[in-house]
Amino acid sequence: MTTHIEQDDTVSGVTDAPDPAYLDTASAAPLHPVAREALLAALGDGWADPDRLYTRARRARQLADAARGAVAETLGVRDDEVVFTAGGTAAVHAALLGALAGRRRAGDALVHSAVEHSAVLHTAAAHTAAGGAAREVGVDRLGRLDLDAWAGAVGAPGAAVAALISASHEVGTVQPVAAAAELCAAHGVPLVVDAAQSVGRAPVPPGWSVLTASARKWGGPPGVGLLVVRKGTRWLSPYPGEDLHSPGAEGEPGLPTVVAAAASLRAAAAEAAAEAARLSPLVDRIRATVAATVPDVEVVGDPEQRLPHLVTFSCLYVDGEALLHALDRRGFAVSSGSSCTASTLRPSHVLEAMGVLSHGNVRVSLHRGTTEAQVDRFLAELPGVVAALRAEAGVAGL
Amino acid sequence: MTAAVELDCRGQRCPLPVIALARRLPQVAVGEVVRVLADDPAAANDIPAWCRMRGQEYAGSPAPDAYEVRRVR
Repeated sequence: MTTHIEQDDTVSGVTDAPDPAYLDTASAAPLHPVAREALLAALGDGWADPDRLYTRARRARQLADAARGAVAETLGVRDDEVVFTAGGTAAVHAALLGALAGRRRAGDALVHSAVEHSAVLHTAAAHTAAGGAAREVGVDRLGRLDLDAWAGAVGAPGAAVAALISASHEVGTVQPVAAAAELCAAHGVPLVVDAAQSVGRAPVPPGWSVLTASARKWGGPPGVGLLVVRKGTRWLSPYPGEDLHSPGAEGEPGLPTVVAAAASLRAAAAEAAAEAARLSPLVDRIRATVAATVPDVEVVGDPEQRLPHLVTFSCLYVDGEALLHALDRRGFAVSSGSSCTASTLRPSHVLEAMGVLSHGNVRVSLHRGTTEAQVDRFLAELPGVVAALRAEAGVAGL
Repeated sequence: MTAAVELDCRGQRCPLPVIALARRLPQVAVGEVVRVLADDPAAANDIPAWCRMRGQEYAGSPAPDAYEVRRVR
């Protein structure tokens, strides 16, 4: 007996729009069909404790080992370098805290870019509050790391660990990871790369010591993060631990979701080049059309060194929250870095660090189910939505 | 610096302080300064960004929650 679940990337009943379009993949990608199949199979077959010694447990152990092997093979690392965590944020915390603990005798400064995920910034704040130091390195107007400042920060005495996001989750700019890694290596500083937006979608350059990722960004299930620690990197678990033969991060997710994450990563990575070739021109179309058809708009991020599926722009005089709701009513799910839409009531620190307009901000991120027709409908409707909001606020032509 | 006009936008959320600035700046003479008081943290980012997009001169923040813009065109 098979159960067929309709593949649908919309939430029914939320909108009456024809062909609703989910365009917030950078927050969470719709579940990949391979993840769904693997999850259902593993729920039936992989529920036993893999650390026990009977047949049923050995089956679970096989599934766990195969999942780890699939992830390792996809990332080009060794099986025993891969640890599963409770999510992307848990992976980032474990990566940084463990790397800092391993470098305690070398220094106490955490070097990081100004455009890291908030999980990195909060770790830096906690590290500073505990007596450590943090060195933030800025970016230019396109969101690109200042490599000269980075060289100074990792080269100055006391540099313990460096953290760099592979590509911005907010504006899509790809960071010079290879160059940053070389500078780190020259000073013996381990580099932690948050590759949440790249893994399963675009290659991550080598040279990093620790890498983190999040399954729901590539179409895996929520609640699975990846922590990869290369051999030779001194990483000490920051947690008390238990009697496990392979100590890692706290809160390893359940086996069925790990199996689904691994299967979907392999599938997403296999499709990545073709998907990038399909989506990247759509992002180019959005960048060009929005700039041409919406007055007083700033399309942000690097137009070339960017993720294949993500684009961000800001509309002058428009309230970001109002814009999100207006687009939602027309069947478009997008995200925003504007302060009124953020949990902190501050504008996105990424937009701040770049010095670009932060209000009226929209982030569009595409996925394997996004069609050209959906993008064109978005582009056809956006100018009218923005114009109506400006007219309502009495700022048209200002 | 002496501002010709001071706009008190404290308590207003962005984009309202930027909108107030955009409305008022054309009414001062070229070379004069408008000071915007705004406590939405986004103003620190969005007022300089507006100046860049509009070709006006951002003259800095003389005090917390205060931003000065010179009309240059």
